[in-house]
Amino acid sequence: MPDSSTPIHLAVALDGAGWHPAAWREADARPAELFDAGYWADLVAEAERGLLDFVTVEDSLGLQSDDHFDPDYRTDRVRGRLDAVLIAARIAPRTRGIGLVPTATVTQTEPFHVSKSIATLDYVSTGRAGVRVQISARHDVAAHFGRRALPRLSAGAINDPAVQQQVNEYFTEAADYVEVLRRLWDSWEDDAEIRDVATGRFIDRDKLHYIDFEGRWFSVKGPSITPRPPQGQPIVAALGHGGVSYQFIASSTDVGFVTPHDATQAADIAVEIGALQRAVGRGEDSVHIFGDLVVFLDGESKAAHARRGRLDDLAGAEYRSDAAIFVGTPAELADVLQEWHAAGLSGFRLRPATLPHDLIQITEGLAPELRRRGLFRTGYEAATLRGLLGLPRPANRYAIA
Amino acid sequence: MSKPIKQIHLAAHFPGVNNTTVWSDPAGGSHIDFSSFAQFAQTAERGKFDFLFLAEGLRLREQNGQIYDLDVVGRPDTFTVLAALAAVTDRVGLTGTINSTFNEPYEVARQFASLDHLSGGRAAWNVVTSWDAFTGENFRRGGFLAEDQRYDRARTFLQTTQELFDSWRGDEIVADKESGVFLSNPHAGEFAHKDAHFDIHGRFNVPRSPQGRPVIFQAGDSDQGRDFAAHGADAIFSRHSTLGAGQEFYEDVKGRLARYGRRRDELLILPAATFVIGDTDAEAEEIAREVRLAQVSPQTAIKFLEQLWNRDLSDHDPDGPLPSVDPVVGENTISRGRASVRMFRDSIAIANEWRAKAEAENLTTRELIVEVMGRQSFVGSAQTVAATINDFVQADASDGFILVPHITPGGLDPFVDHVVPLLQERGVFRADYTGTTLRDHLGLAPLPAPRRSASPDAATGVAS
Repeated sequence: MPDSSTPIHLAVALDGAGWHPAAWREADARPAELFDAGYWADLVAEAERGLLDFVTVEDSLGLQSDDHFDPDYRTDRVRGRLDAVLIAARIAPRTRGIGLVPTATVTQTEPFHVSKSIATLDYVSTGRAGVRVQISARHDVAAHFGRRALPRLSAGAINDPAVQQQVNEYFTEAADYVEVLRRLWDSWEDDAEIRDVATGRFIDRDKLHYIDFEGRWFSVKGPSITPRPPQGQPIVAALGHGGVSYQFIASSTDVGFVTPHDATQAADIAVEIGALQRAVGRGEDSVHIFGDLVVFLDGESKAAHARRGRLDDLAGAEYRSDAAIFVGTPAELADVLQEWHAAGLSGFRLRPATLPHDLIQITEGLAPELRRRGLFRTGYEAATLRGLLGLPRPANRYAIA
Repeated sequence: MSKPIKQIHLAAHFPGVNNTTVWSDPAGGSHIDFSSFAQFAQTAERGKFDFLFLAEGLRLREQNGQIYDLDVVGRPDTFTVLAALAAVTDRVGLTGTINSTFNEPYEVARQFASLDHLSGGRAAWNVVTSWDAFTGENFRRGGFLAEDQRYDRARTFLQTTQELFDSWRGDEIVADKESGVFLSNPHAGEFAHKDAHFDIHGRFNVPRSPQGRPVIFQAGDSDQGRDFAAHGADAIFSRHSTLGAGQEFYEDVKGRLARYGRRRDELLILPAATFVIGDTDAEAEEIAREVRLAQVSPQTAIKFLEQLWNRDLSDHDPDGPLPSVDPVVGENTISRGRASVRMFRDSIAIANEWRAKAEAENLTTRELIVEVMGRQSFVGSAQTVAATINDFVQADASDGFILVPHITPGGLDPFVDHVVPLLQERGVFRADYTGTTLRDHLGLAPLPAPRRSASPDAATGVAS
């Protein structure tokens, strides 16, 4: 667990024009460029100027919707997005220090494909890749694939035991999925490529391993077609809101994104996940717990509040979020983060309400403020994302020591 | 009236996971590090090539029940490496081989549409199908398909992705900050598709990309494959790189286009071709011989022999005569995950041909294998290679070539440095790119925006 003097880790969650539904209407927004590489390159370059640990890129296998359970037909919101892994890959060669953590939906996709795509992201970024895994419980997304019919969920049904059971299964499947990702990443030992001209052998096949995973949702033979990535194991992250999602974070991830609304909740969540981690035998592993916050930031607190009000007026509704919403100055935010950090969170994933404004407030306001307090890096101290997060390059589970 | 002079199309195939690639050459670099891909792609772009081409295999090959270890093994994910290459190149097309058996239309469509956006209209898809449960062991659905269903699924897969690409017309994103209208059509992206293979509906979530859809390549050579290409592909990646076979294939496939209401110039024929360039023709021949020998190490010769003999020949001497025992007839069990073994339809007859040839020419096993592997497509001085390539294209043996160098990543350099300038001097190859998209490079007309038929409102005549 971090103490109050360890540095704070900072990530930024990129999504469209920002997390507020009216963000795209801001003067500095570039809504017509959301599908261009240059837009994303500029945002990630800004985050890298701020020396942030990593960016996440949101994704989904369906159109965005204001309704949590059904599609909507709104025309006044950003709709449509590019594949997040490919955005990250497009950015990777043009950045040097920042980690790249795209979202991958696990409920509908093949672990074999996602394993090699994240391994390849690790190669094209020379060791800065991660993946934020996400379940998809939406019936409309399932219909895009036609493999399995998911029941239609609604807000009222969320406490229904049958629905709970269904959600539990999605997370059980996600845990199997991450197990397959991790085994495939290890399915080549680091020194498997030998290029031995005398024997004509390119690889030492004894250093390639079948993973032989057999589970309820899929069986995967292996080995991967892609050699072990530079970090050995790229970072696995997930967002959780309690219950089975915390078990998933504890059992399967390196970074959990959680949504406390005050320091007490932050402390409780950190303790809860830490206990779950020990219960599954991962007490020795570092699992970072990052607090998610939506941020509206300005040099004057009044200006930030006024901006939020103006955006809410444009959107026609008060902005709500699963995460805490912070409105104020970067220095005030630094106070909150410092307090929550002391309560047991090792870092934060900030969701900028608007882009690029709130991102620049983070890189030019928050990061220097935390640095003044001795709580944030002054330069990239490691070449890999694992290194930035203080995680060693893990031994290969299949290698004989 | 004389025939108009054709412009040649050139592409670069990243050296493959097979014995064409001479990894033992001291100049041979990494097949995985991004720097190799970047260097290769930038060389192709320096040569004003139409596109870069990546193959794919979703299970490591095996022989005698073990992972095949003599060739280059391992490759990156196709989509991911192409998206990264879009960052270090500006014009060259980015063609990925993606299997329609082990993917779903929605996901593949959004990956290609995303790649097309992120590359400014340079994406292409080489559609391949897979038949084997062996590869299927890496996937949820197992994926075994009877051979006669392969093209059926591939055809409907392609048709379904086409419907997804066309679910956005390209004019929906208004993004008018003042009025607050982001989308002009609330139904943008709607689709519904139902057939024997796919039953899907909903809304596609990637707006129409610069090219409308990726350029479509097809690689199969069967009668079904040729029809598949004539029906819906923009280009064929063929294997007929000799003049006679090339002309026959070219005429056959181009002849099928009219049946589908298409013009002859709407489908390009681009065979794979290997090359060796020397200062003189004689020097090139000498180098080519050395390369062929390097491509068939003693160990590789035995493995190749086993693929035809369909039995373990690990004790056979590669420097001795061919085995006296006959091949095991029937299903090939010795080698898995490799397309070429299916070509051995009558192994006994082929073995007898090989024996006759070895005896007549006094060849050892390894020398015989080197001979039957065939020589490189183009061998000679830069002048000879440029002239030969141009002759092939003007004689309608192809519309150009997908060049397969035998060294990673520098194997393309001699061609770009010495042959391309000669083709440019002849006026048969572009001196510079004149367009930005791959369709531009290939001389394919821009796709028209789809009619607004995806919207139920439009379909029922209700004004929105």
